[in-house]
Amino acid sequence: MGDVIVFVEHRGGHFPKTTLIGINAGLELAAKRGGSCSAVVAGEGADTVAAEVAKYGVAKVIVLEEPRLAHYLADAAAQALAVLVKSTGAETVLATATALGKDLMPRLAARLNVPMASEIIAINDDGTFVRPMYAGNVLATVELEGPVRIVTVRGTAFDAAKPAAAVAPIERVAATLDPAGLKMEFVAFNEIKSDRPELTEARIVVSGGRGLKSGENFKSVLEPLVDEMGAAMGASRAAVDAGFVPNDLQVGQTGKVVAPELYVAVGISGAIQHLAGMKDSKTIVAINKDEEAPIFSVADFGLVADLFKAVPEMVEAMKKVKH
Amino acid sequence: MKILVPVKRVPDPATTIRVLPDGSGIATDNVKWVINPFDEIAIEEALRIKEKQGAGQVILISIGQQAWQEQLRTGLAMGADRAILVRTETPLDPLAIARVIAKVASDEQPGLVIIGKQAIDDDSNQVGQMIAEFLGWPQATFASKLELAGEKCTVVREADGGLETVAFALPAVITTDLRLNEPRYASLPGIMKARKKPLLDITAESLGVDLAPKLKIRKLTAPAKRQAGRKVASVEELVAVLHTEAKVI
Repeated sequence: MGDVIVFVEHRGGHFPKTTLIGINAGLELAAKRGGSCSAVVAGEGADTVAAEVAKYGVAKVIVLEEPRLAHYLADAAAQALAVLVKSTGAETVLATATALGKDLMPRLAARLNVPMASEIIAINDDGTFVRPMYAGNVLATVELEGPVRIVTVRGTAFDAAKPAAAVAPIERVAATLDPAGLKMEFVAFNEIKSDRPELTEARIVVSGGRGLKSGENFKSVLEPLVDEMGAAMGASRAAVDAGFVPNDLQVGQTGKVVAPELYVAVGISGAIQHLAGMKDSKTIVAINKDEEAPIFSVADFGLVADLFKAVPEMVEAMKKVKH
Repeated sequence: MKILVPVKRVPDPATTIRVLPDGSGIATDNVKWVINPFDEIAIEEALRIKEKQGAGQVILISIGQQAWQEQLRTGLAMGADRAILVRTETPLDPLAIARVIAKVASDEQPGLVIIGKQAIDDDSNQVGQMIAEFLGWPQATFASKLELAGEKCTVVREADGGLETVAFALPAVITTDLRLNEPRYASLPGIMKARKKPLLDITAESLGVDLAPKLKIRKLTAPAKRQAGRKVASVEELVAVLHTEAKVI
């Protein structure tokens, strides 16, 4: 009873750092429910991932073997997981709330006909979960009633799992798929290549808003600061909607949720939808010429200034700090 | 082709949300209600497909109370052909909502269900995927581009670190991301016409699906407020405090 299965996503053998956050949440939940926590991985490169994940304190790692799981597709993955959940008798299936986790877990919940809690940020001793609603303006304590419970975990809400003394055994399980239910085809993945750290994994995030005025200014004004600080670049929805930068840089309620050690908001007014995606950052800096901007209400350090003057100055000041 | 578009009534995104003192819900006085912004994108996409194909029908569906007619009329004013209001006095959980929509879809037989990727009130991001599974249909979540060629549908999806392309035959469920389109406003003639468009009012119980909530909200609380810090006078001071005080650079 009380067993937890953590679904581990990866792309060709590499898993995102947020995977270890999901594993840690799984370990915490299993400890509270008196069960054990296993990880499950499928697809091309699963062996490499399994060997790595086995070091992080799980009871075992299950590798689902089935050629049609080579590339992740929601219908096939949900089928295979549902069979595994039934055969193992797990109480909770958990994944980190990445794009993939959000795509898969509701489908799995429907397949098992059980409820799901999205993007939990805390696990209570009584088995309930805490999750944000209304762009993080409300915290709900929720209970899932079902023989099985499905959960995604917000990637900023738990610490990453740490390597354990023992390495977990790896078990291979042949996945069962009903071909009639496999209707999706993977065509291509076009990676957006960047030399910068991944937005959700970076120690420092520098984000730009509508105040930057153009995509060109993101390049010529903001990017030098991003790179001088070794940061990931983010943006407000206003900047994304205006077409200054691609959507995958969007930080906020409907974009990515980040909680770096340092978040620098440049020319961002601080709409609640944006605050929802960054207000748990350890230190927040806001640079905005409007001293009434709501972003200052969450900033540890605010600088009321014209960003076109302040940002180049900051690039120079950063150079001095580093040398 | 018929396209079914589920529409949720939510507080305007600019509304300040306050939790009731007893934690039973949010204060709804002075709340302006709108169509969930991602569902507006779904309506727009459905209308564009219909316009491109020169034939078809866009059907809206909402699950809620009498007042939800307002948002359905707005969707009809944008150009949808008809609407279905599935009445329930008690709020349903995502699983039950998905069962209701899947049941209506199996009666209406649309080629596509297009739905917002998440509602901006509960931020669950579950219903589209659940509908797809209940119907046994393929799904493309977080769509930023959709192409139809006969019965084949190709969708570009917003994935982490890039764009993923998936393909499948219709029928299917699509959930919309921001980049898919820019929704139109309802025109004045559209608003006039909408008044006469059919709006079917049925009860959730009449559909014969399981409505019992399995996701139970025990209480709501307001999160701890982050304290505002202080203003610094110059870039020099900012970099200095980040270095020596916050020790983050």
